[in-house]
Amino acid sequence: MSETDEVIQEFLIESTESLDRLDVDLMALEDDAAPEKRIANIFRAIHTIKGTSGFLAFPKVEALAHVGENLLSRLRDGVLSPTPEIVSALLAMADALRGFLSHVETTGTEGPAEHDQLVALLSQLASQENLPQAPMAVQFVATKANEAEEAHPAEAFDEGRSGPLADTSIRVQVGLLDKLMNLVGELVLARNQILQCAAGNEDSTLLGATQRLNLLTTELQEGIMKTRMQPIGSIWSKFPRVVRELARACGKEVELEMVGKDTDLDRSIIEAIKDPLTHIVRNSIDHGIEKPERRLSAGKRQAGTLKMHAFHEGGKVNIEISDDGGGIDPVRVRAKAVERGVVSPDRAARMTDRELVNLIFLPGFSTAEAVSNVSGRGVGMDVVRTNIERIGGTVDVQSQTGAGAIVRIKIPLTLAIIPALIVTACGERYAIPQVSLVELVRLDGSESRGGIETIHGTSLLRLRGNLLPLVYLGTLLGGSKAPAEHAEINVVVLQTDERRFGLVVDSIVDTEEIVVKPLGRELKRVSVFAGATIMGDGRLALILDVLGIAQSANVISEARDRALKAASQVAMTATEEPAALLLFRTIDGRRMAIPLGLVARLEEIEPDTIEHAGSDRVVQYRGDILPLMCPPFRAEASSVVFSQDISLQVIVCSEDGRHLGLVVGEILDIGEEVVSSREVRRGATPVAIVQGRVTELLDLSTLRAVPDSSFKQPSKLLEFH
Amino acid sequence: MVTQFCTFNVGNLLFGVDVVLVQEVMRYQEMTRVPLASPMIRGIINLRGQLVTAVDMRRRLGLPEASEGTLPMNVIVRREDDAISLLVDEIGDVIDVSAEALERPPETLMGTARELIKAVCQLEGALLLVLDAQQITSVADTERAA
Repeated sequence: MSETDEVIQEFLIESTESLDRLDVDLMALEDDAAPEKRIANIFRAIHTIKGTSGFLAFPKVEALAHVGENLLSRLRDGVLSPTPEIVSALLAMADALRGFLSHVETTGTEGPAEHDQLVALLSQLASQENLPQAPMAVQFVATKANEAEEAHPAEAFDEGRSGPLADTSIRVQVGLLDKLMNLVGELVLARNQILQCAAGNEDSTLLGATQRLNLLTTELQEGIMKTRMQPIGSIWSKFPRVVRELARACGKEVELEMVGKDTDLDRSIIEAIKDPLTHIVRNSIDHGIEKPERRLSAGKRQAGTLKMHAFHEGGKVNIEISDDGGGIDPVRVRAKAVERGVVSPDRAARMTDRELVNLIFLPGFSTAEAVSNVSGRGVGMDVVRTNIERIGGTVDVQSQTGAGAIVRIKIPLTLAIIPALIVTACGERYAIPQVSLVELVRLDGSESRGGIETIHGTSLLRLRGNLLPLVYLGTLLGGSKAPAEHAEINVVVLQTDERRFGLVVDSIVDTEEIVVKPLGRELKRVSVFAGATIMGDGRLALILDVLGIAQSANVISEARDRALKAASQVAMTATEEPAALLLFRTIDGRRMAIPLGLVARLEEIEPDTIEHAGSDRVVQYRGDILPLMCPPFRAEASSVVFSQDISLQVIVCSEDGRHLGLVVGEILDIGEEVVSSREVRRGATPVAIVQGRVTELLDLSTLRAVPDSSFKQPSKLLEFH
Repeated sequence: MVTQFCTFNVGNLLFGVDVVLVQEVMRYQEMTRVPLASPMIRGIINLRGQLVTAVDMRRRLGLPEASEGTLPMNVIVRREDDAISLLVDEIGDVIDVSAEALERPPETLMGTARELIKAVCQLEGALLLVLDAQQITSVADTERAA
């Protein structure tokens, strides 16, 4: 950028700002009892614009500002008083100046606009007198004074800068703030090293100095972090208008309530949540809040309320957008989800209301009966979730049918610092952003041999009934070969683009908050790295790009996808529904299994809490009554006497919202059904081979055969947990 | 007009970079290797919080590897938006060269070095090759892409 460009740029920014201030001052002029100060401010602003534009050779701007200044000087000198007519003319002048400025910004020239009429009006206003006592001489003197000032544009600059706002704030490049932030990060590292050195020292002067350095550094770090913060109100300010227009377009009445406008957020995050927020607000108004007549018939106030609430909690920023509309109907969501094939009917039937409502975040999902031009194309909420998760946040929706819905967003305070898992491979440390982390699995020698299969050259791990493609980080990075067969294996299960894969690493070190630094341009091409971070010892560690790894390891390529699907199918036919099972030993020592899908929780219950209801044994469980049963359900089993000394292992099962506690001897493991012999005689127990041993299956029908009375319809409270 | 050049040796060649572009010169720094990157990139360095990519000038110029145990020096060169470290054998003096003494690189200059060298200057007993610092990795980029 040449020097002239920079000057012009500065002129544009400064002038735009002073014109904005000028608007406010002008509006206030009419009501102000003592407008002298405001007039002086306005005069100074216009004077500066005139001076600078003359200096930069923008004659039209200069000419317009000049007539405006003439008028203002007469106001300032008390020759004229600010009538609505004068204020309107001055506002029109400000608009015209803005027009010129924006033209200069885009094209570098003032543009063809002419404002002859405005100039004429301003001069005419300046030449009249509405204060009869003002003598002509004053006018002459004032004009003279102006001319004198014109000769010194440099002075005009200084004058303009000393506006009231300029005293309390300055404009700083974001790049400079970033640099300061880097330096403070380094200072913190150096401080830590000095603290360590000083810890073993007995010199009290040194200890005092390090203590002071410690405090100062912490304070400095906090201060620098704050400089990048902006109140969320800076993007919320557009919502009143968005809401008003949307509500009108949908024929609804909506009142917007905003709480916590001054909640601070990193400016990069503010940018990132702007669109998702708009989308959620649109959805709330379009789908959530009902039309006035429907609201009235439902006994609600005619106007719906949309509330936006932002607050800090647990080091994160929470944003809640709630409405008092119709809520999201879980029944409709379920029907839609099944119809669209998003979830299987089986699974949908088992899902809780809360899980169902959260299905709206899946791609291609929309429950709106009609596609409106506002929303309802089903491309919205999944994008909202993707955008929020990209910045390390989470989004969740809760709804109460008929009473409204609430969308909760949790986002980190800043993008520059993210939580990450530190792992090692080939002797180097790598950081994995925790956002993509699903779970950590450690396989010991025998498991790693048995659990990992190779199909089409891909290693696959069977994890609770799913095939998980494995990527060896060491091999991917061109280092060591896959670990020896009997070695212990650490698998980091990662998720990207709705696809999961396991990353095999040498060891897992710790989780840490890391500062992300971008890589130099010659390394941008290496797609498996997202950046680097400085570790506590001052060395650098590369940050893995999970999507990049998945792509370069072909985990999510189409061919691999097909191979995987085929492989799963093979697995399916071989085992016929390889359902995950919970293995347990019954009180009388049998080995049994129950489908994991039915298991809600595992509990330990003290025998003395068991109460009797008729012939049934029950316990109070989360404010409800939980009937207890002892599998296998035989007459003699119900007479089993529980030992009073040891707590009982109870599997809490739930189906269709009904709960039942199975008292068992011991919980064994989670396994998969491999060979089943379900076609057994009536009355005999179905059996299967699970983990190489014949195991009795606690059949669903057995559970269902238990008389209804032993199930209790759970309270509302239970349903939500 | 006189330009000052920061000089350094790579193999038996003497190079110079306009001193204005040189941020600093440092002894050997520990590096973090970047797997899958071009072999001429030896790693990344933490320079007081600034992340700097280190380019091995021997590999860049197609010269044989330095003997075991010798540690390269870092010449940190400023670029538009970041900095890059050139790993060189030895640091020389800062020398003044007048504009007239600079010549176009001879046509006979060998291949890899050719595209990096803006000009040459005949000094007493040596030929100073003036590096085009901005070119060092943009060429590396295209090479990698190919």
